[in-house]
Amino acid sequence: MALAPVRRVLPNGLTIIAARNRLIPAVSLAIGVNAGASADPDGATGSAALTARVLDKGTARYGADAIADELDGRGASLSVGAGRQQIVVSATCLVDDLAAVLPVACDVARAPSFPEAEVTTRRAELLTAIREAADDPGSVAVDALNAALYPHGHPQGRPVRGYAADVEALTRAHLQAFHRRAFAPSAATVVIVGDLDADGLVDAVSAQVGDWTGPATAPAALPASPATTERRLVVRAMPDKSQADVAYGFVGLSRLDDDYYPALVMNNALGQYALGGRLGDSIRERQGMAYYVFSSLDAGLVAGPLMVRAGVAAENVQRTIDSIDAELRSVLTGGFTRAEVDDTKKYLIGSLPRQLETNGGIAGFLLSAEMFGLGIDHDARLPERIARVTHEDVARVTRRLLDPARAVVVVAGPWTGPSA
Amino acid sequence: MHESTLANGLTVLVQEVHTAPLASVWCWYKVGSRDEGPGVTGVSHWVEHMNFKGTTNIPRDQVKGIIEQFGGSWNGYTWIDQTTYLETATADALERMLFIEAERMASCLYEPADCESERTVIISELQGGDNDPEQRLDTEMTATAFKAHPYRHPTIGWLGDLKTMTREDLYGHYRRFYVPNNATLVVVGDVDTADVLTRVQAAFGGIAPGTPARRTTTTEPPQEAERRVHLRKPGTTAYWRAAYHAPRFADPDFFPLLVLDAILTGASGLNIWSGGSVPTPQRSARLYRTIVNAGLASSIGGFLAPTAEPFLYAISATVAHGQTLAAVETAVLEQCALVARDGVTVAELARVRAQLRARFVFDGGSVTDLAHQLGYFATIGRWQDWGEVNGRLDAVTLDQVNAVAAAYLTVDNRTLGIFEPTVGADGEAR
Repeated sequence: MALAPVRRVLPNGLTIIAARNRLIPAVSLAIGVNAGASADPDGATGSAALTARVLDKGTARYGADAIADELDGRGASLSVGAGRQQIVVSATCLVDDLAAVLPVACDVARAPSFPEAEVTTRRAELLTAIREAADDPGSVAVDALNAALYPHGHPQGRPVRGYAADVEALTRAHLQAFHRRAFAPSAATVVIVGDLDADGLVDAVSAQVGDWTGPATAPAALPASPATTERRLVVRAMPDKSQADVAYGFVGLSRLDDDYYPALVMNNALGQYALGGRLGDSIRERQGMAYYVFSSLDAGLVAGPLMVRAGVAAENVQRTIDSIDAELRSVLTGGFTRAEVDDTKKYLIGSLPRQLETNGGIAGFLLSAEMFGLGIDHDARLPERIARVTHEDVARVTRRLLDPARAVVVVAGPWTGPSA
Repeated sequence: MHESTLANGLTVLVQEVHTAPLASVWCWYKVGSRDEGPGVTGVSHWVEHMNFKGTTNIPRDQVKGIIEQFGGSWNGYTWIDQTTYLETATADALERMLFIEAERMASCLYEPADCESERTVIISELQGGDNDPEQRLDTEMTATAFKAHPYRHPTIGWLGDLKTMTREDLYGHYRRFYVPNNATLVVVGDVDTADVLTRVQAAFGGIAPGTPARRTTTTEPPQEAERRVHLRKPGTTAYWRAAYHAPRFADPDFFPLLVLDAILTGASGLNIWSGGSVPTPQRSARLYRTIVNAGLASSIGGFLAPTAEPFLYAISATVAHGQTLAAVETAVLEQCALVARDGVTVAELARVRAQLRARFVFDGGSVTDLAHQLGYFATIGRWQDWGEVNGRLDAVTLDQVNAVAAAYLTVDNRTLGIFEPTVGADGEAR
């Protein structure tokens, strides 16, 4: 059952993609621009994150109160999120309310006014979030791993939420400048999914954004990802915490890498399939050490991290690291079994209907496919793209990515390091 | 919607939804942490974990993969009133999903080694939760707000009980509550009702009925005085929370209070599983405007869940960087006193009615969510309750909202809690 979305590129360069989904009488909208925290200027980390927080707090046409009136009286939801390579304005509403909600959502992307008082309030919110993250072993571990894998100011090494010292100095002018650079029609994609005719949805969006003008911008080229060459252990002692978070990782690969699909299968077999793949079998099921253990592959426009995560008691930290090492050595030398590779492929292909069931799920899939240029029929072709992955492909990408001798291992929590 | 009951007492609910080639199966049991006494707190949740560890006809090493072969996901959860298990996969997995749930109901193994291995997994789950200051505060406050009712202890249990419970405690609890006449099976998706019923009969019909353990309960005595929890721990951020005793879902006061919560903090809906996967609309909410927009807190939220017996209505705030707990407390309590005294406006009632109507649509935004809602309400009341939420919402009057504001948001009915971060050993506030 293909999505068969409608795609139209407007004369101003903006791309609109629409698909019909009949499950509930609602519509989900996602307006994405191809610039996120990776585009934060040096010394102004958090620019994308704060831009996202203030973006929907007032526009030229709609003050904050007008936005509240238009949306809240209809039960519509509007939010803005910043990631590494995108900022996305998301809205969900009932079909009957789309005519009222769509102009507001589009104006938020096009013409935010960044009221001074809102910048102050939302900056304090972001600083609070930064401080909360500094108290959360999971966030501390992931931040430290990214910093170690991507040193020397590489954008991938910085937290999306930014550093407190930078965020404290962010002003309205920073946000206006970020918006000017990032939010041009040629850099924007609007995806809309719901129980309405797809062509009609494209027309409705087009009416709101057809006259949006802006310079044709190309996202700044990101520096290549560094290659880690030697094993490192980083300890972030948080003695008052109840358990430790382990983040064990590597520089992975880009979404556009030829090895992406083999890596997708490999990651699933390693730390996702059922309850955490091979790692879950060892660390949770056989050894009972962790409630959560999994791996994740963040393949963006540049090679993002490939990461193993686990939350364990301090006395089990070393045994957990040793177990991850052992599992990685095992797949490096013996490989995944043919059954593991086949099962994982079958799972990934079979899970597509679930991924593409809801309005929000479809919108996210189509936005990502557009960002990476995967084609409007990506949903129809994805099963074949996964099915083509061979056992040898997985073995090759395992050798390429999973060498424990090159891993960065971070522990954050009540653990001070290996005992002598 | 089709409802039937097997001869052994199993309630079966089937709803056909043909928009995607998917089916979701949920099996619900009327057992939760409120059914636990001293020494065995957390047993319901631990039993849930054990019920993923192999059965007579599903060897331990073959549990994984059955649903994955159909691209499916599976999970379960335990809360105060209920325990539930689910699979969502392509509809051709229906037979396997029903087989798993029938096995889970009657034939789980409880191998002693698996019980021991899971003990440390659950303790790790508890300690991971303890890393979160808000969760610690919630646990302390719930235990303070209730003197007598078993809603007082956390679903995961107290650490001491998790260390000492035995395999026999777990297995006994399983056998007492996991009988067909204490369960509701829900199937929603791209299925044929008659076909589902035939398969359900084949999978579950042979399971003997039992005598479900009587659910011991008690009436929480009325709270006579304000209670306070002051948690001082290392941290970076201060958190403030109020918990008021609240009506159960069946109580006529529930929907007026749900409306009041939407006016104060934005409409959150009635799906505690996914929250409808849509952020709460808060821009016009009183506490968002007066607390978050004023810069006192970086976030504020309300929590009122549908429950079988009276639980709590909670308001939570994260104190913004540079602000104080005292300022947040003063401002929130001022708003609560104001609404208790002066009530709400017609415009507010109209606005949140529209919000809640939309939320109830989003709450059922997938076959998984639809099946959840039917089973959830069957477990705390009747499955028909889910279909009646709009009617109950529409019937709420301004006077009723004003009356619950005055009746529930009182000083004596509340427990106030603060998490005050202390300075860490290195001199930094952590």
